[in-house]
Amino acid sequence: MRVVIAEDSVLLREGLVGLLSRFGFEVVAGVGDAAALVAAVGETEPDLVITDVRMPPGFTDEGLRAAIALRAATPGLPVVALSQYVQHSYAGELLASGQGRAIGYLLKDQVADVAEFAEKLRRVAGGGTVVDPEVVRQLMQRGRDPLGHLSPGEHEVLALVAEGHSNAAIARILVLTEAGVGKRIGNVLAKLNLPVSDDTNRRVLAVLAYLRGQE
Amino acid sequence: MTSTNALLMAVTRRRFLASEWPWRGVVYTATTAVASGVVWLVLSCPLAPLVAALEVLRARPAGYMFVAAVLGLAGLGLFALVGPWLAVAVAGVERWRLRLAGDDDPAPSSWRGGGGLYTDPATWRAVAYLLLLAVVAPVWLGVLALAGLLVVSTPFAMNHAIAADSPVTLFWRTTLGLVLIPVVLYMAAAFGGAHAALARLLLCSEPDLAAAELVEVARSRARLADAFDAERRRIERDLHDVAQQRLVSLTMQLGLARHDMPIDSPGAAAVTSAHEQAKALMVELRDLIRGISPRTLRELGLRAAIEEVAAACAIRVRVDADPGRYSPTVEAVAFAAVSEALANAVKHAGAAGAAVTARRIGNTLVVQVRDDGQGGADPSRGSGLTGLADRAAAAGGRLLISSPVGGPTILRVELPCGS
Repeated sequence: MRVVIAEDSVLLREGLVGLLSRFGFEVVAGVGDAAALVAAVGETEPDLVITDVRMPPGFTDEGLRAAIALRAATPGLPVVALSQYVQHSYAGELLASGQGRAIGYLLKDQVADVAEFAEKLRRVAGGGTVVDPEVVRQLMQRGRDPLGHLSPGEHEVLALVAEGHSNAAIARILVLTEAGVGKRIGNVLAKLNLPVSDDTNRRVLAVLAYLRGQE
Repeated sequence: MTSTNALLMAVTRRRFLASEWPWRGVVYTATTAVASGVVWLVLSCPLAPLVAALEVLRARPAGYMFVAAVLGLAGLGLFALVGPWLAVAVAGVERWRLRLAGDDDPAPSSWRGGGGLYTDPATWRAVAYLLLLAVVAPVWLGVLALAGLLVVSTPFAMNHAIAADSPVTLFWRTTLGLVLIPVVLYMAAAFGGAHAALARLLLCSEPDLAAAELVEVARSRARLADAFDAERRRIERDLHDVAQQRLVSLTMQLGLARHDMPIDSPGAAAVTSAHEQAKALMVELRDLIRGISPRTLRELGLRAAIEEVAAACAIRVRVDADPGRYSPTVEAVAFAAVSEALANAVKHAGAAGAAVTARRIGNTLVVQVRDDGQGGADPSRGSGLTGLADRAAAAGGRLLISSPVGGPTILRVELPCGS
């Protein structure tokens, strides 16, 4: 799998390159700012883009904005944003782009657990959605109204859905039956007024419904 | 502060006549005549009944006492009505006119604001000045005008004396005219200078040095507080840009090592422990950075930051906050107060719940944290609350705490937040 990495800290970038190589990814370009990222993606047409959020020159949200632009130019391009903290501006927009498919938003802490991190990258490259629980928690906080309608149990399930877990995995984690998980997700979808007809991506839409409400 | 002005001081100098001051004295005096005239014009309204009353008293028609009393009261009433307003208006003009007399110090009005026109001592000082301008000034002006007239008429008098072939008269008249020129100039300057000094004494408030110093001290404290805030942000940035990035990289390397080491190898336990410690340190460092300068506060404002800290709090916290942004210092102090109060509620008060409100009331931001704990918080113990009170005071606000034994504890911060 061919990957482009954008990260301004050289130390961390080299570390990421090492990690990815170790888990069988092929890093075709490693760059240090948003402009170079856009250029490198145009040149190499990678299968996955990993980008830091805060990069030169402004050190605010350059990486996020570049990712949104890349997704607009190449719909479906898998992108994982890495951030030191939850960046509120543009986060919802990035997660909502391309119907929320093949997108990830992870805090940098997540790279510490190397194997799990590699697994999350694979999930995104395969079209999945992976959002850091901390990101979900903070973004959800901003939309207090829909959150108020969910029970703690439903909230828990939604957070796991946002992380990209399957019903079976959620059932294992919460020690529930799969049917119980399905029922809770059904409740969440109902409370968020999501269309019942869309069955392929309802889970992702559930998360996005939250996030869009906050922008 | 003395009430001496440049005009008055110039009179005593030797080169007075060669300077600009004689002419400024003349101009000041001439404008005094104008002001005096206008004052008389306005004062003639209340004076008319008074003069009429005197006339009635002199003529003594039937029932003259009653008529005189009514007229007199009408005149005094009119004066009480018109006088203070006229005095205030004249005082404004006179303060402006001080500059003609070379008094360039700031001439603040002595009205304190608030309070009524009739209860402010400044009003009655201005009325006293008004009466002086109406009564004394014309006498002085008359004397000056007479002297001035003598000077101006000298050429005609000389002409007349020559025509009458009277050399003695010619000599005296010429001498008088020449001598009176500097005398008139000196008199105009001295009169103008004294008048201006009196005007400053009666119409301007003395700049309050103590108050000025207090303002300066408060400003310097606010600057200090701002500097601390800027320093906090710099430290936060440095920690984020350098320490955090290196720590993430280090933790990742340890994670790789741990992943690739056989579980039963001699170093595995140590590497696993190191990896877990590094992960814990990442969380600690992030919390530390958040405490130094909360990013949410800076980017999204007080309400979002309070909601964040409330969500992370170990007890149930209800938040009711107005949206809206305030100055960085005000936001930092308000947020620090909420964080401290919630931390105390958990650590010391043993509270099960707390409520945070943040409201803008007029030009004051009022933040209040109330918990249902056991109370008994003592600001003199521990530096948290004291430091908070100092920060609030430096921002021009105050911190109040009520914490009876048995609870509840209420912490309240009031901060000025501009218009």
